[in-house]
Amino acid sequence: MPTLTVDGIQVTVEPGSTVLQACEAAGKEIPRFCYHERLSIAGNCRMCLVEQEKAPKPIASCAMPAADNMVIKTDTPLVKKARKGVMEFLLINHPLDCPICDQGGECDLQDQAVGYGLDHSRYDENKRAVQDKYMGPLIKTIMTRCIHCTRCVRFAAEVAGTPEIGAVFRGEDMQITTYLEHAVTTEMAGNLVDVCPVGALTSAPYAFHARPWELRKTESVDAMDAVGSNIRVDARGTEVMRVLPRTNDNVNEEWINDKTRYAVDGLKRRRLDRPYVRRDGRLQPASWEEALQTVAARIQGLKGDEIAAIAGDLACVESMAALKDLFGTLGSANLDCRQDGSRIDPAQRAGWLFNSTIAGIEQADAILLIGTNPRHEATLVNTRLRKRYLHGNVAIALVGEGVDLTYPYEHLGNDAALVQAIADGSHPFAATLKNAQRPMLIIGQAALTRPDGAALQAAARALADNCGLVKDGWNGFNVLHDAAARVGGLEIGFVPGEGGRDVAGILDGARSGAVKLVYLLGADEIDTAGLGEAFVVYQGSHGDKGAHRADVVLPGAAYTEKDAIWVNLEGRVQLGRRAAPPPGEAREDWAIIRALSGAVGQVLPYDDQRSLRRRILEIAPHLAAVDQVTPAAWTPFGTAGQVAATPFTPRFADFWLTNPIARASATMAKLSAMFGKKGEEKATGTHG
Amino acid sequence: MLQDKDRIFTNLYGHHDWRLAGARARGDWDNTKAILDRGPEGIIDEMKKSGLRGRGGAGFPTGMKWSFMPKKSDGRPSYLVVNADEGEPGTCKDRDMMRHDPHKLIEGCLVAGFAMRAVAAYIYIRGEFYREAEHLEYAIAEAYQAGLIGKNACGSGYDFDVYVHRGAGAYICGEETALIESLEGKKGQPRLKPPFPANVGVWGCPTTVNNVESIAVAPTILRRGGDWFAGIGRPNNTGTKVFCISGHVNKPCNVEEEMGIPLKELIEKHAGGVIGGWDNLLAIIPGGSSVPLLPKSICDDVLMDFDSLRAVRSGLGTAAVIVMNKDTDLVRAIARLSKFYMHESCGQCTPCREGTGWMWRVMERMAVGRAEKREIDMLLEVTYQIEGHTICALGDAAAWPIQGLFRHFRPEVERRIDAYHGAAAQAAE
Repeated sequence: MPTLTVDGIQVTVEPGSTVLQACEAAGKEIPRFCYHERLSIAGNCRMCLVEQEKAPKPIASCAMPAADNMVIKTDTPLVKKARKGVMEFLLINHPLDCPICDQGGECDLQDQAVGYGLDHSRYDENKRAVQDKYMGPLIKTIMTRCIHCTRCVRFAAEVAGTPEIGAVFRGEDMQITTYLEHAVTTEMAGNLVDVCPVGALTSAPYAFHARPWELRKTESVDAMDAVGSNIRVDARGTEVMRVLPRTNDNVNEEWINDKTRYAVDGLKRRRLDRPYVRRDGRLQPASWEEALQTVAARIQGLKGDEIAAIAGDLACVESMAALKDLFGTLGSANLDCRQDGSRIDPAQRAGWLFNSTIAGIEQADAILLIGTNPRHEATLVNTRLRKRYLHGNVAIALVGEGVDLTYPYEHLGNDAALVQAIADGSHPFAATLKNAQRPMLIIGQAALTRPDGAALQAAARALADNCGLVKDGWNGFNVLHDAAARVGGLEIGFVPGEGGRDVAGILDGARSGAVKLVYLLGADEIDTAGLGEAFVVYQGSHGDKGAHRADVVLPGAAYTEKDAIWVNLEGRVQLGRRAAPPPGEAREDWAIIRALSGAVGQVLPYDDQRSLRRRILEIAPHLAAVDQVTPAAWTPFGTAGQVAATPFTPRFADFWLTNPIARASATMAKLSAMFGKKGEEKATGTHG
Repeated sequence: MLQDKDRIFTNLYGHHDWRLAGARARGDWDNTKAILDRGPEGIIDEMKKSGLRGRGGAGFPTGMKWSFMPKKSDGRPSYLVVNADEGEPGTCKDRDMMRHDPHKLIEGCLVAGFAMRAVAAYIYIRGEFYREAEHLEYAIAEAYQAGLIGKNACGSGYDFDVYVHRGAGAYICGEETALIESLEGKKGQPRLKPPFPANVGVWGCPTTVNNVESIAVAPTILRRGGDWFAGIGRPNNTGTKVFCISGHVNKPCNVEEEMGIPLKELIEKHAGGVIGGWDNLLAIIPGGSSVPLLPKSICDDVLMDFDSLRAVRSGLGTAAVIVMNKDTDLVRAIARLSKFYMHESCGQCTPCREGTGWMWRVMERMAVGRAEKREIDMLLEVTYQIEGHTICALGDAAAWPIQGLFRHFRPEVERRIDAYHGAAAQAAE
């Protein structure tokens, strides 16, 4: 632990710290542009120069390792002059276009120019102009503003794992560009905007939409995947303008993927902003009273086993808990939150959690991926895996479709039978796992939604037991979920009760006429054709597949429009907060169900969200630990069975269009056209 | 003045055979095994005793530099890299050494590499040195064939390879860490130090980067003894040095001379004097384009070595003496150098990237007088804002010529500015 003196203050820092970190520990602010604590050190902006006693020149504090007995000075005339000098150099070729720059108000250069800049320019020559580059539909470039800090280059190469950005030319002609001006092929492109300290890379969909000081900032949680990335939702009036990441080292560090960031324009389109009731074969606007009475009238004539509920990927814990209670009072056990048909055993938490935790990936030394493409199913988990890979000394193997995960891995093959082969030790990778200190497996939904999903889960469990994945203080059994609602639904038991039907059973029942009413809580990814003649109630935010099939539409709130509990794939309980009101007559989801309960004469015993949450804690007491993960006991789960020796199929037909909000988003449509399935059949100009 | 018997580069002018036979006749590769038998410590001690200071410009003691290399490998191999990317304007010594005496360098690679326990030497040669690279390749092939390098080099039991890597003509790749980046196949941009190359160099392995001349003189020093070398020149500035004299002299040349020779004697004796006579001298850049120039008054009696030139706020650099007589437009000359540094700045760090262009633009205006007098102080301040604030020394190199100009010739620039404004005022009437 080196101890050094900064401006007369003695500080002791972790070994391996830099002088800059030591200065911060001493409470000294060091201006910087190129330094970013999650990227490698470039030391090229020269803004962080400080004076070191006995050194002939000022040192770049971001790059200098802190050593014992160093004497650092950060407020001498020499340091001030050096900062002023660097600031002046950065500004001489930087355009004075702050009034039309989207970075204005949250620009590192602007802020630091106030602190360290001159009040006038001494530069009488012509300024440099640089041609803008194409980096894809998400990044707007104004390269004249670039200060060549190379943060974007390092982010693309290190964190995203797509080394497609670099610098060409030299001296004052140096330019940052993408490889042959192709769009960057990372799902993390939006973070380039965040790491850029100036307005060279700005958000294209957000261009000229708002100024930071006009925005109401709400700290919330993402619902685009099951990672539960911590986000800040910036809204102006009733409109969500943008989503930015919030730092949470346990979850998303300080990155988010592009769906999280850019799907929010879908919140303004195809919204269900008033109730609808189907009359004469058409959905027609109705009042809340009318809609709820229509539903209640149907329910009241039916027996418990004739009604069923399916929760979709964007349902919050509150709405599922309320719906579960309502169906309980109606005597129905036909509930399922696994709309994708996952055969996961809902009985034991350890069987469906990401037990190692996301941060735990960094400790793993052997990783087996089974039937998953984490890059799409949980981009931030993949980013952690890449971080782990960069750290070195880790064996990563994949059973499943061989795709580019941004880090190299051993592709064992795409055959589900391999899971059993590793479990019984006949495959060589079993030895790798056994010899590892912290081995882990990650099994994805592509495996668990197969007809033999239950057997695969059991095989993975056997693998975990046989290869020593579960040991003292370490549980290497991980299920990778990809829907924000899923773990929450499993936690509160939104699954078939005694004798109840699961999703497949509900659809069978609907087809055969045994199930007469299906309540879709934002469930759009089911086969709606399978709903047969059943009366369908759709509660959700977007006019997607579910609403099209519905007989009554109850407009709900999207994830940015309600206070809600979300449980991420680790089982981490996080609170989403309302950043904007739901549009029109749409209401928060639990309140709709509460109102419906009144209409059917089975009033649920909570009048506000607080008492609903108390009820949730009765069902699942461990959800009280907000921002925490309650570890699951390694209890038996799964039903052993025959695993078919067939390949895994990709989980998503199109990563960019996995939920109703994303499908309503114009930005996601653009990305889908470019990178998604359709992109493969791109028009060629001579295509006919 | 250096006596012929003390010359190291006896074929500097290419009068004799540069191939192995000729080199052997001049004493190269003469019982190299005996040198290697003294062991790495013995060689380094002898080099330290010789007082040899790096010939690439910075003048760091060579023996000490070699001693920084790990004595015991931690599993990584060590490398010697020879910096033959001779790009400093005015400098052309390494080129002649490689063209006419390539075996001196190759033998030097072996003894230096052996002393620092390196497994191989990479000679990073400037791309424009096409014939020189050919000669080097030929000489290396000869040396391999004769068993002088390669497996069991010179029968010493030591395995040592020598490779030639051709650069692509960027001045910055002569900076040791940029050279390493370029050698690795990356964009030539200097690295941050620490870690120094002796810890983390080429491909992350311990590396020493030496100038061609520093390596080429090593075998002779080891044969004739460190005391012999230390006996030439002045204390702390020992030995012989190849000076490159160019510009307004009657006979521009490369010449090996004693360190500490008076500048005037060097020019009069070897370069046939300044064109128009010594009194026609205006200024001299004594050590390659990056060091501050010296006016005639200082040139009259300054000695050519590291410490003497430092004492007059210039430097020996690569010992490339650029002579300018009174025909020279000094401001334009320095402006041209500024353009060179702007063109060759790698663009990585802020002060150099932005500052070199600014300085050049102001210098261009000052060359014709189209400037304000207050801009002189501003320009000087800009040079101080660059100097010492950059990752590598190119920023300093760009700043110093301008500082030198204004230190000694500020009145000339002011006269020009007055003249320009006077003419403009006249034209306005």
